[in-house]
Amino acid sequence: MKPPKELKVKPIKNGTVIDHITANKALSVLKILGIPNQKNTVTIAMNVQSPEMNSKDIVKIEGRELATNEVDKIALIAPNATINIIRDYEIVEKGKVNLLDEISGILKCPNPNCITNTNEPMITRFYVIEKEPVSLRCYYCERIMEQSEIESQF
Amino acid sequence: MAFNQKDIISIRDFDKKDIEYILKIAVKMEPIARSKQSSDILFGKLLGMLFYEPSTRTRLSFEAAMKRLGGSTVGFAEAGTSSATKGENLTDTVRIVGDYSDAVVIRHNKEGTARFVADMVDVPVINAGDGAGQHPTQTLLDLFTMKRIFGKIDDLHISLLGDLKYGRTVHSLAYALAMFNVDVNFVSPRELKMPNEILHDLGKSGVEVYETDDIKEVLNKTDILYVTRIQKERFPDPQEYSRIKGAYTIDSKLLEGTDVIVMHPLPRVDEISHDVDNTKYGKYFEQAFYGVPVRMALLKLLIR
Repeated sequence: MKPPKELKVKPIKNGTVIDHITANKALSVLKILGIPNQKNTVTIAMNVQSPEMNSKDIVKIEGRELATNEVDKIALIAPNATINIIRDYEIVEKGKVNLLDEISGILKCPNPNCITNTNEPMITRFYVIEKEPVSLRCYYCERIMEQSEIESQF
Repeated sequence: MAFNQKDIISIRDFDKKDIEYILKIAVKMEPIARSKQSSDILFGKLLGMLFYEPSTRTRLSFEAAMKRLGGSTVGFAEAGTSSATKGENLTDTVRIVGDYSDAVVIRHNKEGTARFVADMVDVPVINAGDGAGQHPTQTLLDLFTMKRIFGKIDDLHISLLGDLKYGRTVHSLAYALAMFNVDVNFVSPRELKMPNEILHDLGKSGVEVYETDDIKEVLNKTDILYVTRIQKERFPDPQEYSRIKGAYTIDSKLLEGTDVIVMHPLPRVDEISHDVDNTKYGKYFEQAFYGVPVRMALLKLLIR
């Protein structure tokens, strides 16, 4: 297979390519996906020239096909990201990230007095109230979290 | 009509019909609250009261409400007398009290606690104040007071005065008023204005809002003046605090010649002069009493 010209890194055999990540957000994307870990080989390209978005980041994860719920979390910080599932060097599935209506367990509530910021055994939950730019409301304390506060957590 | 709320956590969970239904039941509860009739509809039922923070009116009115309906209460009035002092977390305490009782009332200093508790226990949960968050039963008794005095809520002109930035009662009340056809004035020093996110939400619901820092500007267009306390610790400069406090103190001279009624969630410190207490203007003690019939209505609707 001939590798596409614009890619600076070599193609992967099996795994996931996350393309069109907002420039300089690749490391945050990896954090959402729980990477680095012991299993996956990961290639990162940052600030790559892109005709559609000036510059973008690309992440390639070998040996892991991302589940939908993992992919949707990425929408929090890279709303234009695209996901390509690769098998035997071929793209078998292509899709865009999609911000869900509810976000659980990824973000911390910025309100220091929220019950989620105590030692109670619980995970955070937020409702998505605006998608562009992202704005969330804490299910527990009802405070609103803006895009900048979300990004500062990654 | 059916009342579908399992818990009373945030006024944002309600719609106008829910509120009107609760107020209607509260009217029927008033003679029982005033000891003119008796009731045992909650006989044999137990209300768990978890007050991790100090409270006088809210706690006592829940206790009175439960007992007036023939039920009883268990619980604690401050975290110091519970296992919290031994390091037990909220989760464990609440699970146990949830199993002991038919409904749970909780006040806690952390925002979102009541929602967390409601998801954890099977019995209904009532939020009696969570930090700077919500205090929905206060809002319901505020609305009941308005309805009781004016016979309606729609078409009233309501001015909320004082600390509109940090006061949880005014936030809940503002959301509730947005469900009615009312004119709302926000009167506060610049530093303590209603938060933008609430103004934004109110704007979306189509409510007419006017903001000012001068009470005199809106007094003659006001039916209800809802006063809240301005706390000293909000101002780093004591001189600034004294100046502002003076401009937001309500006395009978200011009210003279008007038909305004004055409400206040209490406790009051000195933001309403004592010379208002026994005038036709001062309705805050009557308002505090209405906490009992409103909470009776909630207990009746929730405990099955």
